[in-house]
Amino acid sequence: MLPSYLTMAAILFCIGLYGALAKRNAVIVLLSLELMLNAVNLNLVAFSKYGAVPSLTGHIFSIFTITVAAAEAAVAVAVLIALFRARGTAQTDEFNQLRG
Amino acid sequence: MFNIDLTGEFLAFFVFAAFMVGGAVLMISLEKVVHMVLSMAAVFLGLAGMYVLLDAELVAFVQVLIYAGAVSILMVFGIMMTRHGAEREEPARPLYETLAAVGALCLFGLLFYAIRTTDMPAAQPFDPGEDHTLAIGELLFTGYLVPFELLSVLLTVAFIGAVALAKKEEE
Repeated sequence: MLPSYLTMAAILFCIGLYGALAKRNAVIVLLSLELMLNAVNLNLVAFSKYGAVPSLTGHIFSIFTITVAAAEAAVAVAVLIALFRARGTAQTDEFNQLRG
Repeated sequence: MFNIDLTGEFLAFFVFAAFMVGGAVLMISLEKVVHMVLSMAAVFLGLAGMYVLLDAELVAFVQVLIYAGAVSILMVFGIMMTRHGAEREEPARPLYETLAAVGALCLFGLLFYAIRTTDMPAAQPFDPGEDHTLAIGELLFTGYLVPFELLSVLLTVAFIGAVALAKKEEE
């Protein structure tokens, strides 16, 4: 079963990568990043059951990843709102200046 | 390589996998942003189902609470705070999008080849006990105490920082 889970995670990661590269709405780019993080979590949990040395460490790592991803999502949406206030747009290709 | 016997776990895996791939592809191809967030919520729920299949009940519950609940709602709020009237007409970028798709497909091909050609050693029997959640809690507060505390500091800093960033600046 392990290769099936790994393939599933690879599919999710690649869809997330395409979304993060090709989408222009910044919220959708953030969602695609979350999708990639979720693919990694699926790998961790799959290895913690079917890996060579099964243990609970994979569960703990994926819980840590979920926590960091939640913090990242909150900060990213806050940055997005601040940028929207300064620029009046949420399209990623229009954020092309560092100097405000 | 592909001779997988049809067990209940494989059938459930297949259903969840179809659900998740459908949700993810819809996320990429739908037009309206709110619909995209809804299909992402479907992907998150399918992942929670897969965690249950992998005997990770606690991670499944955390997934439903944090991702399907909190992150989806946060993204809907982000959309509502940053939208302004109708969607603008967007100039197409066919070359750029094709290059992104080719890159993602190449990465998938590489990963698929690596997964299919690697010899995975058979799993040793492992029994963490009846109660996975109890075992995870004990591990968190013994072996992983320092990362756990660091993570609580990180969460506090991140949320205070988010509030400070999103607060309206005084004139």
